[in-house]
Amino acid sequence: MRKRSLTLLSDGTLSRRENTLYFENAQGRRPLAIEGIYDIYVYGHVNITSQALHFLAQKGIAIHFFNHYGHYDGSFYPKESLHSGDLLIKQAKHYLDKEKRLKLAKLFVVGAGRNMEQNLKRWKVKVSFDGLLKELEEVEKITDIMNVEARIRQKYYALWDSVLPKGFKIIKRTRRPPQNEMNALISFLNSRLYATIVSELYNTQLSPTISYLHEPGERRFSLALDLSEIFKPIIADRVANRLVRQGVIKKEHFRDDLNGVLLNDDGKRIVLRAINEEMRKSVRHPKLKKNVTKQRLIRLEAYKLIKHLVGGQEYEPLVAWF
Amino acid sequence: MDPYLPDELLIRGTEINYLFICKTKLWYFSHGVTMEQESEWVDLGKFLHEKSYFGEEKNIKIGPIAIDFIKKGDIIEIHEIKKGRSMEKAHEMQALYYLYYLKRLGIKAKAILNYPKLRETKEIILNGHEEDVERAIKEVEEIKSLSIPPTPVKSKKCKKCAYYELCWV
Ligand code: SF4
Repeated sequence: MRKRSLTLLSDGTLSRRENTLYFENAQGRRPLAIEGIYDIYVYGHVNITSQALHFLAQKGIAIHFFNHYGHYDGSFYPKESLHSGDLLIKQAKHYLDKEKRLKLAKLFVVGAGRNMEQNLKRWKVKVSFDGLLKELEEVEKITDIMNVEARIRQKYYALWDSVLPKGFKIIKRTRRPPQNEMNALISFLNSRLYATIVSELYNTQLSPTISYLHEPGERRFSLALDLSEIFKPIIADRVANRLVRQGVIKKEHFRDDLNGVLLNDDGKRIVLRAINEEMRKSVRHPKLKKNVTKQRLIRLEAYKLIKHLVGGQEYEPLVAWF
Repeated sequence: MDPYLPDELLIRGTEINYLFICKTKLWYFSHGVTMEQESEWVDLGKFLHEKSYFGEEKNIKIGPIAIDFIKKGDIIEIHEIKKGRSMEKAHEMQALYYLYYLKRLGIKAKAILNYPKLRETKEIILNGHEEDVERAIKEVEEIKSLSIPPTPVKSKKCKKCAYYELCWV
């Protein structure tokens, strides 16, 4: 059985009876085939019984929780099953060695920049980030790398705005809480993507807490933040762009909240369906010579990182060919 | 683990098996980089310590593999059930390693590889193969101690290998 991500948007209770997992909400109680669940994303108010948690832990299924705005709150993550002391040491070594750390941090930004460039090209906006990316070569501090990244992103958002419909301009990228629709949409998608990266890292021997571009401990799973630089443009931004430009997501799918703008329930439903579909879409992998889903690309990126860390092959960030 | 067990017997059966399949795979596996569902073989060493001794236990299933330990006088039979012959050398060497292992513990044994699909069995005895096992043990140790993984070499095996994506992405 092909495992799938399960999204719980409505309020309810997740429980276990015998060897079955149930989700009960206003519509009734339905059994969930546990063998078919890859991970779970919880957006509603969901009560989870401890038996259900034990069951999920036993099956190695991670659950990610999101708040009212759809921002990531945290994960319940079964006791780690995959360990490699050896890899952990190498991961830490690459953090402690300044040159090694800078190298990886820069590669994440290069990947991010190239993927933003690819998006703009798809959207028929002429651009080249060569100049900005070239600056990276000279840079010797993480904060300077971050700075280049911020400038690329700024330029990217400004150019992206030129193709976005009125009322959906990003203008100034704001967060926590988002101040306009497009910002709310992007944040919502980025949070979902981040959680997926956490799930993928869980299935490898990489420790999600040792990172290179972001400071470890800045947030708990800072390696997922590093990887999300690569995937935000090619997954989250593309979905956001499509939804608003095709008019699937409209003004009416948002509401004003005390602290900002957020997607309403219908809006969330539409966006989650779109991102779930996006993650399952496959593309032909030129190196592997087989089809892989967009979600699998995240795992492959983790494998490339493992190879880099053990010295098997230098990391090259994914630049979308699709 | 038996505290007096010599170092060379701390190698896992799987590692001997992988030596005859692919050195890259062996390196990753022994450095803790395992792939999902990478539980094809039973680790006899671990098993012996968990189950203390064989007695009359039969048909012990661990993962997809069934092993019978049948006590026959003072000879023990290890049965391994295999799907096919494509990895025969690897299976044989792993079985020989188990026999070598048991011999070092003072236990006489023989191994039977069962191929139910082919309706065949193959008896494996250690006699005369001790040196092959010792050579394999040494080779495993050498590969494990390499500081970087051996460069993968594309072969027919890769297609079905759990490490395919790791190696070729
Ligand atoms: S994919 Fe091929 S090279 Fe890589 S571990 Fe498997 S058999 Fe070896």
